[in-house]
Amino acid sequence: MSWLINSSIGRKLIMSVSGIVLVLFLLFHLSMNVAAVFSAEAYNTICSLLGSNWYAVAATAVLAAIIALHFTYATLLTLQNRKARGSNRYTVSARPKGVSWASQNMFVIGLIVCGFFILHLSQFWYNMMFTEVLGHEEATLCDGTTIGTTDGAAFIEYYFSHLWVVVAYLIWYTALWFHLTHGIWSAFKLSGGTMRYGSNDGKLSPTFWLRSSSSASPE
Amino acid sequence: MTTINSKIPEGQLAEKWSNYKAHQKLVNPANKRRLDIIVVGTGLAGASAAASLGEMGFKVLNFCIQDSPRRAHSIAAQGGINAAKNYQNDGDSVYRLFYDTIKGGDYRARESNVHRLAEVSNSIIDQCVAQGVPFAREYGGLLDNRSFGGAQVSRTFYARGQTGQQLLLGAYSALSRAVNKKQVKLYTRYEMVDLVIIDERARGIIARNLVTGKLERFAAHAVVICTGGYGNTFFLSTNAMASNGSAALQCYRKGAYFANPCMAQIHPTCIPVHGEFQSKLTLMSESLRNDGRIWVPKKLEDAKAIREGKLNPTDIKEGDRDYYLERRYPAFGNLVPRDVASRAAKERCDAGFGVGNTGLAVYLDFADAINRLGKKVVEEKYGNLFQMYEKIVDDNPYETPMMIYPAIHYTMGGIWVDYELMTSIPGLFAAGEANFSDHGANRLGASALMQGLADGYFVLPYTIQNYLSDQIGVPRFSTDSPEFEAAEKAVSDKLTRLMNIKGKHSVDSIHKKLGHIMWDYVGMARDAEGLKTAIGKIEELKKDFWTNLRIPGNKDDQNVELEKALRLADFIEMGELMARDALNRNESCGGHFRVEYQTPEGEALRDDEHYSYVSCWEYQGENKAPVMYKEPLDYEFVKRQTRNYKS
Amino acid sequence: MDKNINIKVKIWRQRSPKEKGFFETYNLENISQGSSFLEMLDILNEKLINEGKEPVVFDHDCREGICGMCSLYINGHPHGPDEDVTTCQLHMRKFHDGETITVEPWRSAGFPVIRDLMVNRSAFDEIMQAGGYVSVNTGGVPDANSTPIAKDKAEMAMDAAACIGCGACVATCKNGSAMLFVSAKVSQLALLPQGRIEAARRAKAMVAKMDELGFGNCTNTGACEQECPKSISITNIARLNREFLSAKFKD
Repeated sequence: MSWLINSSIGRKLIMSVSGIVLVLFLLFHLSMNVAAVFSAEAYNTICSLLGSNWYAVAATAVLAAIIALHFTYATLLTLQNRKARGSNRYTVSARPKGVSWASQNMFVIGLIVCGFFILHLSQFWYNMMFTEVLGHEEATLCDGTTIGTTDGAAFIEYYFSHLWVVVAYLIWYTALWFHLTHGIWSAFKLSGGTMRYGSNDGKLSPTFWLRSSSSASPE
Repeated sequence: MTTINSKIPEGQLAEKWSNYKAHQKLVNPANKRRLDIIVVGTGLAGASAAASLGEMGFKVLNFCIQDSPRRAHSIAAQGGINAAKNYQNDGDSVYRLFYDTIKGGDYRARESNVHRLAEVSNSIIDQCVAQGVPFAREYGGLLDNRSFGGAQVSRTFYARGQTGQQLLLGAYSALSRAVNKKQVKLYTRYEMVDLVIIDERARGIIARNLVTGKLERFAAHAVVICTGGYGNTFFLSTNAMASNGSAALQCYRKGAYFANPCMAQIHPTCIPVHGEFQSKLTLMSESLRNDGRIWVPKKLEDAKAIREGKLNPTDIKEGDRDYYLERRYPAFGNLVPRDVASRAAKERCDAGFGVGNTGLAVYLDFADAINRLGKKVVEEKYGNLFQMYEKIVDDNPYETPMMIYPAIHYTMGGIWVDYELMTSIPGLFAAGEANFSDHGANRLGASALMQGLADGYFVLPYTIQNYLSDQIGVPRFSTDSPEFEAAEKAVSDKLTRLMNIKGKHSVDSIHKKLGHIMWDYVGMARDAEGLKTAIGKIEELKKDFWTNLRIPGNKDDQNVELEKALRLADFIEMGELMARDALNRNESCGGHFRVEYQTPEGEALRDDEHYSYVSCWEYQGENKAPVMYKEPLDYEFVKRQTRNYKS
Repeated sequence: MDKNINIKVKIWRQRSPKEKGFFETYNLENISQGSSFLEMLDILNEKLINEGKEPVVFDHDCREGICGMCSLYINGHPHGPDEDVTTCQLHMRKFHDGETITVEPWRSAGFPVIRDLMVNRSAFDEIMQAGGYVSVNTGGVPDANSTPIAKDKAEMAMDAAACIGCGACVATCKNGSAMLFVSAKVSQLALLPQGRIEAARRAKAMVAKMDELGFGNCTNTGACEQECPKSISITNIARLNREFLSAKFKD
């Protein structure tokens, strides 16, 4: 299986598979958080179901490994690609019509996503799962507020009462959106599927569908 | 007097090639490994020959001047490739393809060679399909055909308007495979600068590495020249910028005969010249004449007004238009062969009816076709050509008629070869457009691709063995021999001489002058007086070249101007040879039209009694007139007729 | 209507692969908009030669958009600002009076500069030699019509086969990836029954050679397709991915 590391398409496969797993996690995370919109109680029940339970910690470790893999490969690929461009850069270069900005700036967008991700971890994961793993039942925040580690709803209420946090999260979602539109599309391209949604311009519309490229199969 | 031995095998026409193959000498596999072959050129003939010879086990050295074998100018052929498959069940046969080619060539080709070409044509299609060439197909999955000028059957296989590209890429893929298997060693950006002869046999070449500028020596048991034609003698032609006749001329100077140099084909449908800065002419496919109607104004004053920009072609009323091809050749109309259509256009323009700001253009009008078929159908058929025209001329051919004018396209003449494709120098072979063999005085559309691949895939791999079979005892040569030494020194001296001229004029400026002389006096219509003038003017130009040329840079370095200068020196010599041959041939046939020899209606007047021969020119030394020998053309199997496209 | 324009051309000059390159700017007057871009460079070179200077070196040959020899990165676009054309088909009417036109060579580690605007693209030949063919010898092949091929398959193969190997895809790709070039050949042959037999072997061999020669990793930006003078589709890249992955998983 060394081709996964040694070949360009193998490396691309690792990026796309790890990316897809992260997207699935996001969907899972999203579906839990939706509960908070309807009922604080329901949400806190979910929080306590996860908490510092072994399966949740194990899943978190796996997730961390995948994020590390995705990040490491992204760095590696970006460095390789920079090298492949040669030592002289173009003095004038123009983005061709129909090429999305996101597709050409995945690493930078990815870094922005990472930055906010760390903020997000420090606000929620650190005070909830991590504090609980350390054996505490309550987390003390920087302004002295204390909140129970399984009271997710209270954390949400606390943080999103600050305007800057709301703005920061909106920026994060935007970056994430750009990253995912190209990422998901690209991942499907990789598996040999052909995406049909108007054009190949890398913009994701709600009505995309997959068409397997049967044309490539032997008959 | 030297007699020319073309080594045509005995027997009935249809049996000659089989007989030859049955009795020729072969080289066994172990011995093939000990024999080296140099192939110069990677076009259809060169790539297919190098790949095939490599596969057979010979050690092949293959050279090209471009950065990749795939750039050879065969790639630009548009229309298609002929073969006698008779897939359409329309009565085609090997004999019919043979006959059409002989007739199309105005009875100036060798019967035996042409018949062999027709015989192997079918194998070419099989080979290309096996290589993955995406020919056009019918809905049933079988191959499609189209028809082309000079034939009454549909025998042309095609891949959109890019048949040459696809066939060349097929040959290039076979070559790539042979390179991968170490059967062929590839030298790109190398230009052959001389042929090396040892004991009267071709034994190697001197080549210039175009990146470093260094001269290098290569030895082999046989040398094959597949370097295309010399159409660029005219400066403006449909050939690529680097297409040149130098390899052929080097062979000529070393003793190979040059055959029929005056036979050049002028293609009627090219985009007209638009200014002095123009570097090349672009061909518009012959297929356009299927639906386009060619005309010029009937009245001189209308033509003048158009030239001055006071009138548009659409302002000319139907009754004031002269559809001169339809008028002169009612039976074939706009679909007369290339030579006829070209001459007719020149005749009208010379008479003052030409259009465009230079007066050197005629209209190719699609208005009727658009009315009859609808714009959509016309677009489907010719859309890509119309787009190409619009990009170059900035005029919309759907609304205003296209302007076209003839241009030099192909050279039927070339190095003389016998039936085995061997030149008059033992061990030196020539294939493809570089040799003279199959097209006589005029080549039919879609036959150049056929001939290049026939030579490379199916003829040379056989015939070269007949020569090499007695060479198996000859060990590999050292390139340190005095012959290599002398050849390299001669080239080096020539380069030094060129660099030392230190005049004032660029290579291109002198080449343009040569082009004007050629076009004016050795072009579509020639006469004895003009040809003599041309020879005189070329002599002067030669002096001009050797006293006024300026080449910047150094000799032993990459130097594009020096490359061009070397080629131009040969083009000048080539131009003179063309004029001499045209002057000698007191008849009109195919692409060679002598004004003195025409029928009262202005058609070509052939003289079979006196000129039914291949003129073979032998070099006698610098500034000496070459000597001509005749290879008589005996028509045993075909009865010669006058070509008639009127009724 | 075409008129004559005055322009400045800012051209990359570099003596050899090892020497450092630099830009030089030339003024050109009365250039007809009817001339092609390369004819404009011819005029410039004529001028330089007359001044006793060394002409600008650039690759070109057929000048009708099919041989793939011409290159040039013009004002930020490979083959210039016009669409679906090669540099040799680009005309000066795409530029206006007084404009400064920046002309650079293809810049990619896979295509080192030889001199000025001329680059070395033999890497493409090497990739082709690694497997861009059907392994048949001359002769001994079946009749051309013995294997029917569906028209749409043949057309798709032809679409891919239209690649001219100019390298614009690599030049424009921010990753310096050669995937479009490689995938066009892999697709053409994988779509046809003749090439299907060794499709897996071909895909692996060509990708391995491409990676070995230092081309970058494809990230599906699609710039190659947009700038390709022959509009080769990135669907071919998807097909190559699929061919390659299925070949590897089968191993």
